Amino acid sequence: MDKRKFKETLLGGLIKNNPTFVLVLGTCPTIAMTTSLFQAFAMGVATTFVLIFSNLFVSLLRGIIPDKVRIPCYIVIISTFVIIVQMVMRRYLPELYTTMQAFIALIVVNCIILARAESFASCNKPLYSMLDGVSMGLGFTCALCLIGIVREFLAGGSFAGFAIPGFPAMQGAGASAFGFITFGCMMALFNFVIQKVNERKARMKAASLPLTAQLEEVK
Amino acid sequence: MATVISLMFAAVISQNIVLAQYQGICPFLGVSKKMSSAAGMGFAVIFVMAVSSVFTWLVYNLILLPLGIDYLYTMAFILVIASLVQLLEMILKRFSPTLYSALGVYLPLITTNCAILGTANSTVVFNNYPFLQAFAVSVATGVGFLLAICLLAGVRLKTDKADIPQCFKGFPITLVSAAIMAMAFAGFSGILA
Repeated sequence: MDKRKFKETLLGGLIKNNPTFVLVLGTCPTIAMTTSLFQAFAMGVATTFVLIFSNLFVSLLRGIIPDKVRIPCYIVIISTFVIIVQMVMRRYLPELYTTMQAFIALIVVNCIILARAESFASCNKPLYSMLDGVSMGLGFTCALCLIGIVREFLAGGSFAGFAIPGFPAMQGAGASAFGFITFGCMMALFNFVIQKVNERKARMKAASLPLTAQLEEVK
Repeated sequence: MATVISLMFAAVISQNIVLAQYQGICPFLGVSKKMSSAAGMGFAVIFVMAVSSVFTWLVYNLILLPLGIDYLYTMAFILVIASLVQLLEMILKRFSPTLYSALGVYLPLITTNCAILGTANSTVVFNNYPFLQAFAVSVATGVGFLLAICLLAGVRLKTDKADIPQCFKGFPITLVSAAIMAMAFAGFSGILA
């Protein structure tokens, strides 16, 4: 197995191709299911499960599915795993299921899953496709959890359900508008950090060049 | 009748599908760069939502419930919507080229628009509305989507030219504008007791 491709596939979804902050896919659950850390984590795990297995099966069936009807075929594969998630959650986490019901059903149309099936799994080997599912799912879950932490802290003054003494709840932070604004600001922060890191890298690179090359560049 | 009207009002304004229920945000952000494309997407959504509410209601109440396989609603609905979109595309291409040239580009995108599936789920399965009520609420939800995406397109024309920090350019500033719109829409919720 190619080690470099392995590493690139596994780490790509975390930062370089982060599905939430860079690709801006699957935004609906990102805003709707991040009112608390626990809910955000549950949504991330459910999506990751569907992503891994739909990628695996799309990849396994990539020589069999005819090109013209591929989208309906992908949708059938994806919805099978969503129904499994629904059944498992209804049985073992009934309370969480009732609050998340609407958005668990909507994993079917989560654009991350269809986009990865179409752009990655349909033209890569099963192992890499599963790995891509893990990486994308991890990137999605991390982003959701980050937004969940911020929103839970602002709206309830708590972390993962435990109240933090000295931080009162902010009035109105639970409103729908706050989801948009937090997501927007987090994305701006992500862009800011990436931009600074890139600038620093460019500076380091320039500084490490030999003096003559630096002079050339100035010219 | 009064309940239907108040439900429709809620679907358009105070419980707006995008700004209050967080569904269909991907096209809301992705297709709102220009007013013409925003309007095209909005009308395509209204159209598909109206047609799909009829078919999903029939499929759920006449096929899935009598057979006792209603837990398969997710798969059934998305297949109904996907095939419906494909069918609509072919029909429009054949019979109304002008409408096709206006809406055609947006139709394939609609399959993965969660507002369509989300509305079908909530009207038909979660709330179990009667037929006409489900249809009326679906159309109103589509109108709400059109309203939201067109308003955002108008705002984006201004923010694209504004001098804002580099890291806020593009999606972040759009999300912040959407947040302010959501606050304005939430203000209407007091009208319905």
